[in-house]
Amino acid sequence: MMRFDFPIASELNRLQNEMDRVFGVRLGGPLAPARAYPPVNLWEDDDYLYVESEIPGMKLDQIELFVSDEDQLTIQGERKSPQDDTAIRQRGERAFGRFSRVIALPTGVDADQTTAEYKAGVLTVRLAKKEEAKPKRITVSAG
Amino acid sequence: MTESNLTKARQAETTAEPTSEAPIYQPRFDIFETDSELTLYGDMPGVEENQLDIRYENEQLMIHGKVPQRHENIKLARQEYGVGNYHRSFVIGESIDPKKISAEIDNGVLVIHLPKVEAAKPRRIAVKASN
Repeated sequence: MMRFDFPIASELNRLQNEMDRVFGVRLGGPLAPARAYPPVNLWEDDDYLYVESEIPGMKLDQIELFVSDEDQLTIQGERKSPQDDTAIRQRGERAFGRFSRVIALPTGVDADQTTAEYKAGVLTVRLAKKEEAKPKRITVSAG
Repeated sequence: MTESNLTKARQAETTAEPTSEAPIYQPRFDIFETDSELTLYGDMPGVEENQLDIRYENEQLMIHGKVPQRHENIKLARQEYGVGNYHRSFVIGESIDPKKISAEIDNGVLVIHLPKVEAAKPRRIAVKASN
């Protein structure tokens, strides 16, 4: 099983947080960094990979999920603006439109066993690892 | 889109001080205005209706959302966002009828309706010909 751990990245994040504290929080300002949408968190256990993503304001059937080449997950859909034409927008911080994102998975998965849940704007996709990607338990017998 | 001078845009207050170690996130908001109300839309993924605390006092609207920890004891292989509570407050310059404020949350999007008091709504003046 491969593990990724980047001490440099966490150090950069700490520096960024420190800058945010000093200069104020970047919230949709001109200096806000470009970010891939939707943002994802990824973790795993022995049998599954889990991809969680915050995509508020959708319905599960409006989110399209594809697994391709056994190790790529695509999340796509369209976030529609709820505004009506008679209202005047006084503040706009939220983003809308079509999104599509391909996520490279750390192990191969069996696409047919994928399940997804969408609750309170949070999408959780559970992907079953292929047999060869699962950790092997080795029985040790006393000699 | 037409310009309106009914409400002056004001900076959101960012001075709220956290009282616990848990991170607090500022949710993103859109605000729309019609003749009869202000409507706020906020992205607060992970929040359910019973975890919201919304108060309106002295022209200040305070929004607080509690996000329960979704997973415990997991080590994220990749992290692009953090999970924590939400807090945001706005100063509402418009005259709002506090008794008529309502809010709902649907799939992580909070919608708050702030109906204006009668006097603040523009009135159409009927003009009659004098002869």
